[in-house]
Amino acid sequence: MKREYETVIGLEVHVELATKTKIFCSCSTQFGGAPNTHTCPVCTGMPGSLPVLNKQVVEYALAVGLAANCQINQYCKFDRKNYFYPDNPQNYQISQLYLPICHDGWVEIETGEGKKKIGIHEIHMEEDAGKLVHDEWEECSFVDYNRSGVPLIEIVSEPDMRNAQEVIAYLEKLRLMIQYLGASDCKLQEGSMRADVNLSVREKGSSSFGTRTEMKNLNSFKAIARAIEGERQRQIDLLEEGKQVIQETRRWDDNKETSKAMRSKEDAKDYRYFPDPDLPPVSISDQWIENVKARQPEMKEEKMERYQREYQLSSYDADLLTNSKHMADLFEETAALTKKPKEAANWLMVEGMRLLKEYSMEPEKITFSAENLAKLIILVDNGTVTRTVAKEVFEKIFSENIDPQVYVEEKGLTSVNDEEALFGEIQKVVNENPQSVKDYLGGKEKAMGFLVGQTMRAMKGKADPAAVNRILKEILSGVKEIV
Amino acid sequence: MRPEELLSMTALELGKKIQAGEVTAVEAAQAALDHMDKVDGTIGAFVYTDREKTLDQAVKVQKDIERGTLTGPFAGVPYGVKDNICTRGMRTTCCSKILDGFVPPYSAEAEERMRKAGAVLLGKTNMDEFAMGSTTETSCYGPAKNPWNPDHVPGGSSGGSCGAVAAGEAFFALGSDTGGSIRQPASFCGVTGLKPTYGTVSRYGLIAYGSSLDQIGPIARDVSDCAALLGLLAGRDPKDATSIDREDKEFTSCLTGDVKGMRIGIPSDYLGEGLDSEIRDRIFQAADALRDRGAVVEEFSLGMVEYAVPSYYIIASAEASSNLSRFDGVKYGYRTKEYEGIHEMYKKTRSEGFGTEVKRRIMLGTFALSSGYYDAYYLKALKVKAMIKEAFDRAFQSWDVILGPVAPTTAPRIGESLKDPLKMYLGDIYTVSVNLAGLPALSVPWGRDHKGLPIGVQFIGNCFQEKAVLQAGFALEKAAGDPAKPAGIQKEEA
Repeated sequence: MKREYETVIGLEVHVELATKTKIFCSCSTQFGGAPNTHTCPVCTGMPGSLPVLNKQVVEYALAVGLAANCQINQYCKFDRKNYFYPDNPQNYQISQLYLPICHDGWVEIETGEGKKKIGIHEIHMEEDAGKLVHDEWEECSFVDYNRSGVPLIEIVSEPDMRNAQEVIAYLEKLRLMIQYLGASDCKLQEGSMRADVNLSVREKGSSSFGTRTEMKNLNSFKAIARAIEGERQRQIDLLEEGKQVIQETRRWDDNKETSKAMRSKEDAKDYRYFPDPDLPPVSISDQWIENVKARQPEMKEEKMERYQREYQLSSYDADLLTNSKHMADLFEETAALTKKPKEAANWLMVEGMRLLKEYSMEPEKITFSAENLAKLIILVDNGTVTRTVAKEVFEKIFSENIDPQVYVEEKGLTSVNDEEALFGEIQKVVNENPQSVKDYLGGKEKAMGFLVGQTMRAMKGKADPAAVNRILKEILSGVKEIV
Repeated sequence: MRPEELLSMTALELGKKIQAGEVTAVEAAQAALDHMDKVDGTIGAFVYTDREKTLDQAVKVQKDIERGTLTGPFAGVPYGVKDNICTRGMRTTCCSKILDGFVPPYSAEAEERMRKAGAVLLGKTNMDEFAMGSTTETSCYGPAKNPWNPDHVPGGSSGGSCGAVAAGEAFFALGSDTGGSIRQPASFCGVTGLKPTYGTVSRYGLIAYGSSLDQIGPIARDVSDCAALLGLLAGRDPKDATSIDREDKEFTSCLTGDVKGMRIGIPSDYLGEGLDSEIRDRIFQAADALRDRGAVVEEFSLGMVEYAVPSYYIIASAEASSNLSRFDGVKYGYRTKEYEGIHEMYKKTRSEGFGTEVKRRIMLGTFALSSGYYDAYYLKALKVKAMIKEAFDRAFQSWDVILGPVAPTTAPRIGESLKDPLKMYLGDIYTVSVNLAGLPALSVPWGRDHKGLPIGVQFIGNCFQEKAVLQAGFALEKAAGDPAKPAGIQKEEA
């Protein structure tokens, strides 16, 4: 009988924190910038320079740890991880090994199979490295230290995940949580969130773990899912052939959908960790923890519940809107400005989502303001524009964040409910479509819709549909009499 | 004023004369530079000087003094800075080939403070490469010599700073002390050197050797100068997370010459085998002199003394192995000429750039931190460090100040020490425990041996008790009579 296997997965997730300055100096963390312009003696490892901890890094790490139900090491320390590489200007990275700031937490995920708790082994603070730029024409490389010293937290999970769905759900959970906390924008593609996958397989029912590998270079949720499937299959194939899995680090190539060994455990580096003597231990008081707790924002679950309660949204709508912090913020602001939460939700969910899909954009990238969407909703509500026109205007708001009031006036898009003008236009439509009039009079209600449509077309969508309906009925009843 | 008269003054004396308009900063700098030209070929105290720059600074300082904007006691006083302390725009190399040509775009906080006080920088002083050594013989620029006898070493690693002060080339100097590197050469050169409590002086810009042990401190002709300099150097620096704010930065009012009722303990474990008998006798004479001035001086057992050197060499080397890894040829300093790929570049650069003693300590430290050995060496050394601190804590329950030797011998002959590194390491026995415990300690000149080489004694205080140490040191200095005049100047006069 064929053996059945179970996959065991643990994740190491690096998250770049949203501080304005670096972890150990006051250089800007801003992305971009000409090479080596956001640097100083500290983040370029100049002789005699010393690191000084940015308190905001501790605040963010605490916020994430508390949201992930972690224990806090109120006496935590930084350690040096020693290895030679030119992107690392001191040739050691300041990280935390012995006493990381957070440990033993959990987050709850939900997949098709229900809810499940994923353990968090630890969260530690560390600095990012610089970037090597290889010259394509000459035999040399350059190094840019703008990213050197950008603060990171590494979130290490327990090996609690069993398939790609759980991994994606866990990552989505972390991403949303951290975005809600404002601790990071968590963009996988841009590298502000990076995940390494530790994976092993074992026979179903076995209580011991198989030999694991670590997979690096995973830049999207899709790549992660593919890498998990690929690695699972590779390990099972090895075992089926009677071979052994080697403990090693592998690099995923998402184009080829295969991985390649980078280094095995045997040539794993000895990092010679030891406490960094330049940084005094961080002492985190009860008061500090309380303050961070008090500042924790409303998280997705609480928001969802509130949206259903306060705005009477369906759980589906509430879920969709809260799947992005930015979307949720837009919704709440628009709802507050218009006092029409249902309308606000509808615009964002129907038209907003449609356009996001069309442009294949993340909700986080939406640039329009709640004020402009609110104005549009009011323009529709007070009959200044028709819904048809409003949809066009919304597209303009979405792409260019225009002020709908100004736009509608400039383009002359206000709805026409001038009875006389409408009357003339409708009379023309009636005259030009005798067959439809006949159909209508013969009892075919559908023909009415056609005539309204023709009128709207003639009026370029600006006609007030209610007025058109009323006037059309009036005219048609007159026709009856004449006939 | 005759140059000899000018050059034999202490820094505070000179500063006073400059404020009074009797001497100008330019005259002082000129005199120091001229004297340096005469003697430094033999002494080798300086490894970098820039006459023009120094005189330019002196002119500016003099203008500010005359304008009344510079009124401090060190305004216009020429001084030297150890080559491991960064000086903006001036070559800083730790006397190592690996930092060849490195000119920092920033100054160490300590150096910045001296600059603001209007002291005039003469140049960079010689040292053991990366402060690793006790003789100033491992410098890539060649050894420094003892001004009292150029066949002997000046001690180390701040041998250039101490030699410059002893030879009358500089009125004071900044040194650094990781395991005795201020106190031991001060003792060998007959000058006064202070190692402050860890955290008192910012380490920003001090090129690290053993970060948890390193402290910058003043080296001068007498205790008063050291006390006044400490007042300028002490204080919290936001750029150094290990620096501490000292509320009371006035260290001179305790210099009364009076030690009535002060309890001074001499660790009998410092007086046993290995200590030169001449030095032992001088310690007892110091005890008598202090008793004469009203102190209670007794022997006691400190404990843990034999563990200080091994734990020091493990901790300092471990930290050094990591601190010195940034010197790789990528960013600054020396890079090997021919190489293929990054790994060969690293290997050749570091093999060619570091000297033997530095390599020895990098390897020692790398080993001590390696997986499988970390607990047995580094962690154990940290435990011993804590126990040494406890031993001092116990001692300071009974004693205000501890008196003892600085080194087991006076300055050895050049070439003698490097032959036997282990013996050289053991020579640090009386100084390293002070760094391990983070304590302040002062080396005060106290006569000379039969060869005419200076002998120093050491006062050790509890954390933040610099005042007690300075008070005792000052009393002994008074008992010795006039503080030692610079060696070079005395010779001229004789």
